[in-house]
Amino acid sequence: MAFLNYILRRLAFVLPTLFGVSLICFVLTYMLPGNPALVKAGPFATSEYLQEMEKQMGLDRPVHEQYFRYMSGLLRGDLGESASTGRPVTQDFLQRLPATLELTFASLLIAVIIGIPLGVLSAVHRDTIIDHVGRVVGITGVAMPSFWTGLLAIYVFFFLLDVAPAPLGRLGSGIAPPETITGLYVIDSLLTGNWQALRSSLYQLMLPAATLGFSVMAPVARMVRSTMLEILESDYIKAAWAAGLPRRTVIYGDALRNALIPVVTILGIVFGFLMAGNAVIESVFAWPGIGNYAVTALMTKDSGPIQSFVLFVAVMYVVVNLLVDIVYGLVDPRIRLR
Amino acid sequence: MTIAAPATQTKPAGRSLVWRRIRRNPLSFGALCVIVLIILAAIFAPIVAPYDPDMPDAMAAFESVSWKHPMGTDMYGRDQLSRIIFAARVDLSVAFAATALAVAIGAIFGAMVGYAGGWIDNVAMRLVDAVMAFPAFVLAMGITAALGNSTTNVALAISITQVPAYLRLIRGEMLRVREMEYADAARTVGNPPWRIVFIHLLPNCLPPLIVQATLAMGFALLTMAALSFIGLGIKPPQAEWGVMTAEGAAQIVTGEWWLFLFPGLAIMITVLAFNLVGDGLRDFLDPRMRGIR
Repeated sequence: MAFLNYILRRLAFVLPTLFGVSLICFVLTYMLPGNPALVKAGPFATSEYLQEMEKQMGLDRPVHEQYFRYMSGLLRGDLGESASTGRPVTQDFLQRLPATLELTFASLLIAVIIGIPLGVLSAVHRDTIIDHVGRVVGITGVAMPSFWTGLLAIYVFFFLLDVAPAPLGRLGSGIAPPETITGLYVIDSLLTGNWQALRSSLYQLMLPAATLGFSVMAPVARMVRSTMLEILESDYIKAAWAAGLPRRTVIYGDALRNALIPVVTILGIVFGFLMAGNAVIESVFAWPGIGNYAVTALMTKDSGPIQSFVLFVAVMYVVVNLLVDIVYGLVDPRIRLR
Repeated sequence: MTIAAPATQTKPAGRSLVWRRIRRNPLSFGALCVIVLIILAAIFAPIVAPYDPDMPDAMAAFESVSWKHPMGTDMYGRDQLSRIIFAARVDLSVAFAATALAVAIGAIFGAMVGYAGGWIDNVAMRLVDAVMAFPAFVLAMGITAALGNSTTNVALAISITQVPAYLRLIRGEMLRVREMEYADAARTVGNPPWRIVFIHLLPNCLPPLIVQATLAMGFALLTMAALSFIGLGIKPPQAEWGVMTAEGAAQIVTGEWWLFLFPGLAIMITVLAFNLVGDGLRDFLDPRMRGIR
């Protein structure tokens, strides 16, 4: 009961935020210069045609009516039409979303698999060479622009060493995508036993996922390190030492398990970083996801997809953080009672 | 157990404290020197740069690293080092303008809503929540896409994404200091609210603001370069680090590595320097935060 109450309270917090998000996106899409009717009508439109267009798009109506129209469209899953592909943006999005999700999950996995042990090692071996190296890697990693890291990776692993594939999409040339189940090529080819597609998709995924994962690894490691340090100083760990428990049990059993709980909370923030990084990394590696789609559309002055991308990412971000909060409340009962 | 030498006793206590703290943190001090050097290079770019950054030289296209061109030349034969030096002007001034604007707006409004409290505070915080619901870079993409890309709009977009952080920070500090005795004292003698907020209270909230702003400089630089890289920020032929990296990216497959490497390196070194100075400042101004990082 208390937990249900907690979830409801969280939801009550999220709704005003989502309302604010929709307002901001509405302003970005309709209120600012770069009149959408002008974009749709093209540069050579007569002023009568332009007025006709504005009327058709409802731009001559009062602001609150326009917002209402925009919102009811959104709730029906209507994000408008892309001028460059001539299809509904929602449809384009759904087609490209699996590519983005595959890249995001793979990067998150890499960030967690490297970041957590790095943080633990730095904390356990505090102020030793391991800690210092970890810190230098972290500080440098945060300062590297992710697109540049990607280019470096391409130059070294594709051009110089030739151990990575050309940065051109999700599959090598001449390889058919696996049967669609989830849309994530790695998982689909595993499920259908399509080893050729599996090898190719993993091979293509390697560099972009490593680049994106590297860019968010540092915050994960830093967070694990500081919570781990805090916990190693706590009374119950001192009690465990005093009881003569083996080092391994104390550090990896008692301390790490408790240090991982706060890490859950930053996964939400990391997810935000990853979504932002997607827009850039996808264009570096010609990865056919939604970020790349939005950026490419903009080249033809088509700003619909990019505003939909912004809205979509913000909503996802809010939802992911809500889920993170709920999971946090689930694993740590103290949070629920606050 | 030795008696302090008289020389150290005659020194003003403040300065020796500053010096001790700097010596304890040589990395941040080194980073500060790097920033000063980059700023000087940007200011005196016409003197420092060996060539005119926009002067094409058809005979010298795609020249690799050499004594004549330490960072090579691009497809038009323009000297890459000179372009990187001139680009520092754009990158630093946009990042600085964006940060300064965000700090000013965030501090003023944060101080006001924090002092006022009540429904004003509530509404402002919901607004802040809404802006913070966007990953900063994604919101900056939306704003530049809507406003059109010019140098001013890029600065504006970055600054809008940063305002909430300062607003929240100063509001929190304000909630703390407005209950202090000296705030009561200022009220008792009949100061008007604006005077209490801006003359008596706000200056006491500044140290965390300065730390945050220094760290934000690095983030502003990264955001700006990334925006320009995907074609949403500064436009070529303007020399800007992100734009230059994007131009160099096209040349990777033909092996002209110097074209993408050096502009990116410039971004990394500058961001790294600001982050290290920010970390050092945090230790310096706010010793409570030490060791938390």
